[in-house]
Amino acid sequence: MADDREAAPRPGPRALDDDRPAPRPGAVGPAPGLAAVGKPLRKVDVRGKVTGETRFADDYTMPGALHMKLVRSTVPHARLLSVDASAALAVKGVRCVLTGKDFPIAYGLMPVSQDEHPLCNDKVRFVGDPVAAVVAADELTAQEAAALVRVEYEPLQTIATPQEALATADPRIHDYGDAPNVHKLVAFDFGDVPAALAGADQVFEDRFFYQGNTHLPIEQHAALAWVDPDGRLTVVSSTQVAHYVHKALARALALPPARIRVIAPPQGGGFGGKTDPFNHEIVVAKAALVTGRPVKVALSREEVFLCHRGRHPTLMRMRTGVKDGRIVGHSVETVLDGGAYGSYGVASVHYTGALETVTYRMDRYRFRGCRTFTNKPPCGPKRGHGTPQPRFGLEVHLDKICEKLGVDPAEWRIRNAVPPDTVVANWMRVRTTGLVACLEAVVKASGWRERRGRLGRGRGLGIAASSYMTGAGISITFGDLPHTGVQLLLDRGGGVTAFCGASDVGQGSDNVLALIVAEVLGVEVGDVKVVTGDTSLGPVDLGSYSSRVTIMMGNAAIQAAERARDRLAAAAAAKLEVPASRLCFAGGRVFDVEDPARGLTFAEAVQRAEAQAGTVGTVGSYSPPTPTPRYKGGGVGPSPTYSYSAAVVEVEADEATGELSVEKIWVAHDIGRALNPVAARGQVVGSVYMGLSEALMEEQEFRRLPPKLSRALVHQAPSMLEYKSLTFHEMPEVETILVEEPDAMGPYGAKEVGQGPLLPIPPALANAVHDALGVRVDEVPITPHKVLAALAAPDRRYGPAAFPDVPWPEPLLVPPPWEGGDGKATNDRKRERRLPGAKP
Amino acid sequence: MMRLPRFRYLAPASLLEAVKVLGDLGPEALPLAGGTDLVPNMKRRQQTPANLVGLRGVAELRAVSGDAARGLTLGAMTRLAEVERGAVAAGWPALARAAATVATPAIRNTATLGGNLCLDTRCSYYDQTEEWRRSIGYCMKREGETCWVAPGSDRCWAVSSSDTAPVLCALGAEVTLRSRGGERRIPAADLFADDGIRHLTRRPDELLTAVHLPPVEPGQRTVYLKLRRRGSFDFPVLGVAGRVRLSAGGTVESARIFLGAVGSRPQEARAAADFLVGRRLGDEETVREASRLATQIAKPMQNTDLTLGWRKGVAREYAARALRELGS
Repeated sequence: MADDREAAPRPGPRALDDDRPAPRPGAVGPAPGLAAVGKPLRKVDVRGKVTGETRFADDYTMPGALHMKLVRSTVPHARLLSVDASAALAVKGVRCVLTGKDFPIAYGLMPVSQDEHPLCNDKVRFVGDPVAAVVAADELTAQEAAALVRVEYEPLQTIATPQEALATADPRIHDYGDAPNVHKLVAFDFGDVPAALAGADQVFEDRFFYQGNTHLPIEQHAALAWVDPDGRLTVVSSTQVAHYVHKALARALALPPARIRVIAPPQGGGFGGKTDPFNHEIVVAKAALVTGRPVKVALSREEVFLCHRGRHPTLMRMRTGVKDGRIVGHSVETVLDGGAYGSYGVASVHYTGALETVTYRMDRYRFRGCRTFTNKPPCGPKRGHGTPQPRFGLEVHLDKICEKLGVDPAEWRIRNAVPPDTVVANWMRVRTTGLVACLEAVVKASGWRERRGRLGRGRGLGIAASSYMTGAGISITFGDLPHTGVQLLLDRGGGVTAFCGASDVGQGSDNVLALIVAEVLGVEVGDVKVVTGDTSLGPVDLGSYSSRVTIMMGNAAIQAAERARDRLAAAAAAKLEVPASRLCFAGGRVFDVEDPARGLTFAEAVQRAEAQAGTVGTVGSYSPPTPTPRYKGGGVGPSPTYSYSAAVVEVEADEATGELSVEKIWVAHDIGRALNPVAARGQVVGSVYMGLSEALMEEQEFRRLPPKLSRALVHQAPSMLEYKSLTFHEMPEVETILVEEPDAMGPYGAKEVGQGPLLPIPPALANAVHDALGVRVDEVPITPHKVLAALAAPDRRYGPAAFPDVPWPEPLLVPPPWEGGDGKATNDRKRERRLPGAKP
Repeated sequence: MMRLPRFRYLAPASLLEAVKVLGDLGPEALPLAGGTDLVPNMKRRQQTPANLVGLRGVAELRAVSGDAARGLTLGAMTRLAEVERGAVAAGWPALARAAATVATPAIRNTATLGGNLCLDTRCSYYDQTEEWRRSIGYCMKREGETCWVAPGSDRCWAVSSSDTAPVLCALGAEVTLRSRGGERRIPAADLFADDGIRHLTRRPDELLTAVHLPPVEPGQRTVYLKLRRRGSFDFPVLGVAGRVRLSAGGTVESARIFLGAVGSRPQEARAAADFLVGRRLGDEETVREASRLATQIAKPMQNTDLTLGWRKGVAREYAARALRELGS
């Protein structure tokens, strides 16, 4: 067998001459000669995952480590009058108790929302807000002592819903925001939508609600902090963004960043739930500084529900004017329940409108968004960040419009798809698009044309499509710094070490890094050692979110590897007396393409390069292209390129009980190029799973007691048992189709795959339910009681009856490209968004 | 993570030792019979016994004897994974199915039949951590005064959520309770009381030692239908357990129907059972009327998964499906 493998043809050599260019960003078309890219190779980190040897954050401990437990608020909204830790301090084994007084400096993820304290110091804003931390010799002692901390509150009115937030001027949860208890209001008019609606043949209006839900990673958050003898603080934490934790620690603890190291081990899932810097990470670091001992904190599952930062519950109203089957004007209003803190909320609210335009042609577009504060755990980014909600609304809205127009919803979508190389109404730039290919693929695979509407009562098919960003065009911290960096070190044994600040949350970014470096240098993927998720060992990467790692780290890795290859080529050329342009890097060798026997091993080439010009280390970095929108707020939504997805869901609905059983899902995803098709399919199926789980049952819901008896507002079901998500029983077969049209922006043409395929699932399910039973459930999740209620309703619909009154601000007026705009607002010249790199 | 409270662990090696320990400690001790429910409850401080009496070493509690003709006696420590199979599955399929629907396979390898029968009643205001319950001022079942399910009520409405309990009641099974003073054998239905707090008639010094299944009679049919959100893991929000004896011609000669998870104890649907006697299950009108009568006694409250209105609305449909299955 071994002989057979040796005899198997090697991938063709790649020379450095101009006729046969090496793949680089921008290379498109088929991929002859690629050794690692596109191959279903085993992921570099998979053995440890399978054998259980991978060390997650909670596996880290140190001799003599103390344990910390947070004391959390038991009231939803109150002024904090006093914290009495004397009884806790008297417990044997307790080393210290920290309170808000130890943390005078506020922090927060976004520069405009520095509204959190590691421990509350004046107010508590939800049940679970931390007010003190008990540090003890063991976890049980810390837990027992935590129950002895006496906290005195002056209760304030509970604000439980966006409607209450909008109606309550006093008390305010925060003393900042665009209105009392309103965090953020945004308003844009991309052309005159009311005029467009007035001129339309028909105008359609719908209201939708998308319930909040949480990430539910299997791995709970944990952190270990210690101070080195030289005074350097190290924090190991289950975070998707070691860099943001590093920044937050420096700020909140007033420490020099150069004296802090943050390590992000591989994670057992993040999905956006570990992208904020968290209070427990800062408090555990402070505890290590105060006690001089390593300190560990491991959150319970309930505490993970309280950290949250998950999907915003979103109420939506959509209006669309159609003329000759075309959208002439489209309007979206959203109201988000933000919970108690800012988190990513400013971005989240923009995202409920930013990607509405990149799938189907629309002449004019109006967007209004409102994020409210409520006394609940803060919402933030979850897989699809802010876009699954309006995507659900839009795709169901379109299904209804197609029904009224009497057109096939798949055909309508194909006919109205945004063509490639288009700047759309809100100035987002679409480059390649596989939308039509995805739609055609799922239509064909599912037998859509033959089967839809013909499956009999109780069984139905539904279709939806979507788009998502491949990395954000602007970082949340703005500025002109690269979004990522990769550093390579080549050793004399032929090994390559790749350093990058990115952290692998299970999505496979370590594997992407190794395989791209191996591809460029012509070595085995296993010969590349990756060192990631460590702020002291790798260049900054902005983290595993926004579907940004493959495109950004990948392009930086190509740059670093090509620079290394150039150095090796120069040295090998001198040694072999062959022009560098004739050298090929493949199979662990550097050789003359015209005389393959003439060459060096890769290790020899490294040695020659080192002899020629010293240690072989190179760097690469990446910044996305300058976005096309130039209006304030236009920094949310631009991306180097967008992925596209389409799905068909087949559902069996029980008319007597309203119960749904999803029988099969066909999903197609425009990935540009699958760097590893098996890993890519895993991301698609994982996204489908999460989307279906949200669509069928997940609810981050809260419980209120009779107001006369209690102000309580508590999470309804903060446990894996009672927070319902799909099990194997409910997960159908998924047929995955990868649509590969390489995009010049992506490394080897790759686009994102970790988030996009979630988006079409909830609306495709809702549309399938309509096909099965003739009812509309304009809400997520689509639970049995809503299906029964829709069956019993005169209008055969279940969904929100009203949309709240919102004090919308004066909109920014931005003419779409075809109405003579230049990407700026016509009524906000002085607030024109500063471009990255522009002088203030 | 959540830590267990401090407690003393006692490991009797015989039944005699076990009942002696329970007799000595009384309400200060709880038997540990698998622990898949009790241990998480202890982590959440819902139950904080000073002593746990581990029954793993008591071989007598694992004994199984008898057969379909004579009836089967199952030791209380028989694991649910064993109840799913073998003699139980052949003779009393409804009990095997009930056992097979409890939680997950891993849990059923540890959880026991006796433990499932004595399962603490459940309520969404009670099955929460200590911190969560403190945030609502606790509830009547533990440390508080109010029943948040029905704030005017003077009783606790926590729900009997055992899958095996309604089936054993419908089968007419019996259980043995043993204490230092001796033992008593009572109908399974008499083990339960209609109170969310004092939901068992077992005295603290008594140990449930065995479950006795009656002989399989000719024409016997049994059924258990479990309503829940997901196909695994979840507790029931409705369990329909039935046992009928049919004549050779298909007429119902005797019937017992119990509903689980719609009250603090398994609820007997006597009117429905009486109605069925002398009728045929193949008759759809009969099924409809019997299911209407059966679910009249259901008193679901807003303290489990899924909405109250929906659970009320579909109870009759599920009862009808169970009855149709009995007749098929």
